[in-house]
Amino acid sequence: MRRWLLWLPLAVFALAMAFAVRELRKPTDRTVYSAMVGKPLPTFDLPPIVAGKPGLSTADVQGQPRLLNIFASWCVPCIAEAPQLMKLKAMGIPIDAIAIRDTGPAIRQFLARNGDPYTRIGDDRDSQVQLALGSSGVPETFVIDARGVIVKQHVGDIRDDDVADLAAAWRAAR
Amino acid sequence: MIRRLLALVMLALAAPTLAQSRAPADYANVQLPDPAKEAEATALMATLRCLVCQGQAIVDSDADMAGDMRSLVRQRIAAGESADEVRAWLIDRYGDYVTYDPPVSAATLPLWLAPLLLLTFGLWLARASFRRRNK
Repeated sequence: MRRWLLWLPLAVFALAMAFAVRELRKPTDRTVYSAMVGKPLPTFDLPPIVAGKPGLSTADVQGQPRLLNIFASWCVPCIAEAPQLMKLKAMGIPIDAIAIRDTGPAIRQFLARNGDPYTRIGDDRDSQVQLALGSSGVPETFVIDARGVIVKQHVGDIRDDDVADLAAAWRAAR
Repeated sequence: MIRRLLALVMLALAAPTLAQSRAPADYANVQLPDPAKEAEATALMATLRCLVCQGQAIVDSDADMAGDMRSLVRQRIAAGESADEVRAWLIDRYGDYVTYDPPVSAATLPLWLAPLLLLTFGLWLARASFRRRNK
C-alpha cells in the first residue's frame, strides 16, 4: 500500500477538527429571520384595536413605502424602541403597526406613555398574521415598498444606530 | 373568620388570569373534535420548532407563541390541509429551521451522504487488508 495513504485518516480528522473549531469560534446568532423578505406581503385584514385608529389590511399597505412594526403593550423592548420610532415618524416615514395578543385598554395606555408613531394598528389577537409574515417575536420591523413587497426585516428593538439604516432602506424602497 | 374571608377575596383578586393579556387562541390547548385529525395535528406539532423557545417542539411548549402556532396547525388540519402542506407553509415563512424533520437540500445532503461514503470507504479498506492477510 502506498505510504501516504497511512496519513489520510489523520488528515481527515485534522480537517474535521479545524472545521469544528472555526464554527465554534463564530459567535452564535440564534435570531430567526423571516423567509418572506423579497416576497409580497401575505393577504390579511385586521380589525382596529383602539378607537379612532383604523385597523390594517394588505390594501392599506400598498401605494407608498412604509414601515410595519410588530409590537405589543406587554413587550419590554417595545418600550425601548418607542423613541426611535418617534424619530422615524418625525422624518416623515409612515409607520403602521400590528399589535400581537393585546387588548384595547393596554394599547391605549402604552401609546399614552410611550408616544404614538402609528397611522394604523391592526389587532392580531392570535398572532396569525405574525406567523404569516414569518415574524418570530416582538418587536420586529418590516420595510414595505410601494408595491407591497417586503424589502427588509429588522429583528428586535430599533436602537439609535439602526434609525439611519431603516430610514435609508425606506428611501431606497420608493 | 373575617380574616379568612379577606384572604379568600385577595386570593381571587390575585388570580393569574388578571395578569394575562388575553385568553389563549382557539385550539391552542383544546383538542380537535375529530380524533383522526387531532392525531395528525399532534404528530405534526411534535416536529415543529417553537420559535421563541427554540429547543422545544410546539406540542410541549408553554410559550404563548407556541400556543398560537398550535392553533394555526389544528385549524389548518381541521380545514382539510395535509400535515405536509402545513409544514411547507411554515417553511416558506421561517425556513427549514422551523421543522425538526429537515428536507433534503444542499445544506443537509452531506448528512445523508457522509455515512454512506464512510461506509463504502470502510468496506474498501477492510477488503484490502483482508486480502493482504490471506496472501
